[in-house]
This record gives sequence, structure tokens and C-alpha cells, in this order.
Amino acid sequence: MCTVCGCGDGEKRIEGVNPAATDLHMGRGEAGVSVAGMEQSKLVKIEQDILSKNNRIATVNRRLFQASQMLVLNLMSSPGSGKTTLLVRTLQDLTARWPLAVIEGDQETTLDADRIRATGVPALQVNTGKGCHLDAEMVTLAVGELNPPSGTVLFVENVGNLVCPAAFDLGETRRVAMLSVTEGEDKPLKYPGLFASADLLLVTKSDLLPYVGIDLDKLIAAARAVRPGLTVITVSATTGEGLEAWYAWLAHERDHVQGAPHDHSHHHHHHDGGEHPHHHHHGEDHHHHPAEAGHDRAPPHA
Amino acid sequence: MHEMALAQGIVDLVADHVRGIETSGVRWIKLEIGALSHVDPHALRFCFDSVAHGTRAEGAALVIDEPPGRGRCMACGSLVTIARRGDGCPACGSGQVLTIDGDQMRVVELEVL
Repeated sequence: MCTVCGCGDGEKRIEGVNPAATDLHMGRGEAGVSVAGMEQSKLVKIEQDILSKNNRIATVNRRLFQASQMLVLNLMSSPGSGKTTLLVRTLQDLTARWPLAVIEGDQETTLDADRIRATGVPALQVNTGKGCHLDAEMVTLAVGELNPPSGTVLFVENVGNLVCPAAFDLGETRRVAMLSVTEGEDKPLKYPGLFASADLLLVTKSDLLPYVGIDLDKLIAAARAVRPGLTVITVSATTGEGLEAWYAWLAHERDHVQGAPHDHSHHHHHHDGGEHPHHHHHGEDHHHHPAEAGHDRAPPHA
Repeated sequence: MHEMALAQGIVDLVADHVRGIETSGVRWIKLEIGALSHVDPHALRFCFDSVAHGTRAEGAALVIDEPPGRGRCMACGSLVTIARRGDGCPACGSGQVLTIDGDQMRVVELEVL
């Protein structure tokens, strides 16, 4: 059974993992702290984070990811923000560049993993049953099944939910919050926990901006009120706007985990995606990426 | 309802720490739930009672200490108390306050019967 998540025990399914194999108790033993001598006072000091079990497993995950130089992104948003659509486009554009893999979290169905696998990128669906978030142990099990090669960029698409996923460290390298322009500019203030923990905010569906009465500057100000200095990139999986900036952010983060020398001169605090300097790695030829060819022609959003 | 998972975390920690102790139960469990944390104390109490049923934590009262949120203003450098994330700096009115405390969710100690 899940050592952390009390909701949906027994209904959790990880594709390809035998139900018996989910009986994993990482971190046990260490937690069985001796309390000899405490009986007289009847007070037992604990002084531990409520999520210490999850956090221990997350730490193990993080060490594993570091050892295999993987960039692991925890993608968090409400349902319907366009996570999977942006992910599919991203995978198509980057599949020739880096080894990629995806863990898809949803309460039910393998629909999202099926969409991802159609791109040729290995993907594993984690169904949380009644659970409202992924936890570190689910990621441990899923990574064990996927067995991604060293240097992989692993996208973990969390359960669509602006509340619960924020509390659970998965061992990810970076947290990416996503918010579509149709959701309203006040969401970061209404759901501050998630945005406060984010390393990047992707504002999605920018192609719909002309049709929704949203003030993009207000949205970004709201996000930065709960997370000062938050990097924001505005994107559209439909028009390709901002995708080069998103890929440059990924490349930069991947350079960090690879320990590769890279340039820090450019800044990420822009939200039109139009003029970000693009780093072509040695030997890369973008003519082999038809899906990317149109990006530079996409009109930058004003 | 991730409070259910958090309640389970509390029950697991209690079980780990009372293992091997002769006791008929746990009188109270002291928690520290920061004002800026991801927990609603009311929902947590509700979930705890149901998750603790049949465990060694059953019947324990939750004593919840709620330390206030504290942050440092990136604009004026003041150390300030903040009720909610996203609230501006009470000193200078800037909207850029970096949280430095008040998001903890900890089990501090308990008393066994």
C-alpha cells in the first residue's frame, strides 16, 4: 500500500507494475527511531515533517536522477490547461535532440499516455484512483518501469489539480506550473501554494488571448506576488509562439544537470518568446525538425 | 483532499514512534501547521479521526500550533509577518515578499497514556 497517500489505496495502478510489487516500503527502518527512556516522561519527541516518508523517497529519487544526469520536470496545473497538448508538441519537437520520457498522472484512464506514446516517446500512465496527486513512491515505481537512459529529460505530468500536488515532493529537478489564458489572471493568488513552489510558469493557449478578457501583465504580477522573480514564458502549442523560449529554458536546465558549460548572459524574464537567443548545440540541424521550422516565423505576441 | 494523505502521514509517524512502548493509547499529538502551509487544520482534524481509527493513534487529540507566515520583502528588506501568500509587504507596500517561515507541517511530539 502507499506509505503516504491515504486516499485511494488499492485503486492506484501503475501500468506494467504488478499490484503485489507496489508493496514498497522505502524509508522504513530509518523511521523506526528508538525511543528508549522516553516511557517515564510519557512524552515522545518526534520533530518530523508530516510528509517525511514522502520526502525521504523523494530524496532517493532526486539522488537517482542526479546520478543519471536526468532533468526531471514536475508539471502542475488545473485539468484542461493544455498540459498534454503542449507536452505532445514539445516531445515532437525535441525527440531527435535528447532522450525523452513521460510519466502521466491521472485518476483514471490511459488516454494521456496513449497520446504521448503516439509520438514514439516512452510513457507510463499512473492512475491514482481517488488520489488527487502523485507522490514520490509512485514516481519511484514508474521510473523503475520506464528505466530511462542517462541524460533523459523526464516530464512528470501531475494530476490536474491546483492544490494537492504542491505539497508532494517527487524528487523533481524543477517544478513547472502551467496556467492557460482562459483560467483568469487571479489564479496564482487563489491557489498560492502551487505557484509559490514553481520554478517556471508557462502561460498556455496564448493563441486564445484575443478572445478572452485577460490581462497578461496582471496574471504575471499575481504569480510574482506569490513567487518573487518567477520566470514566466507565454506559449501556444497551436501557433508555436514561445516554444523556442520554453525549449531554451529546458536546454539551460539540462546543461545544469549535465554539468555542461553554458551561457548565463541571457535572461529568462520575458513573456513574448520572440527574441530569446537560441542555442544550437554542435551538430544540430533544425532542418531535420519540420515541426520547429515555423517557430521563427511566428509573430511575437505584443 | 490531500489532508487524507497528511493524516495518514501523522498516523504513520505516530506508529513508528510508539512502536515498542507499553501504552494503552496516545493522549495528544502536537502539530505545527504553518499559516502558509498546504493544510486546512479543520479538514486535517476531520481526516485524522477517520484515518486513525483502528491504529495506535486512535482517540488522540490533535493540538495544532499555527505559526504565522514570515517573509522578507525583496524591495525594502524588512522582515514581515504575512497572513497569506501574495499579500504585499506591510512596511513598503511592495508585492514581492519571499516566504521564509510559516509553511511547515510537522509532528512535534506526543504524550502516551
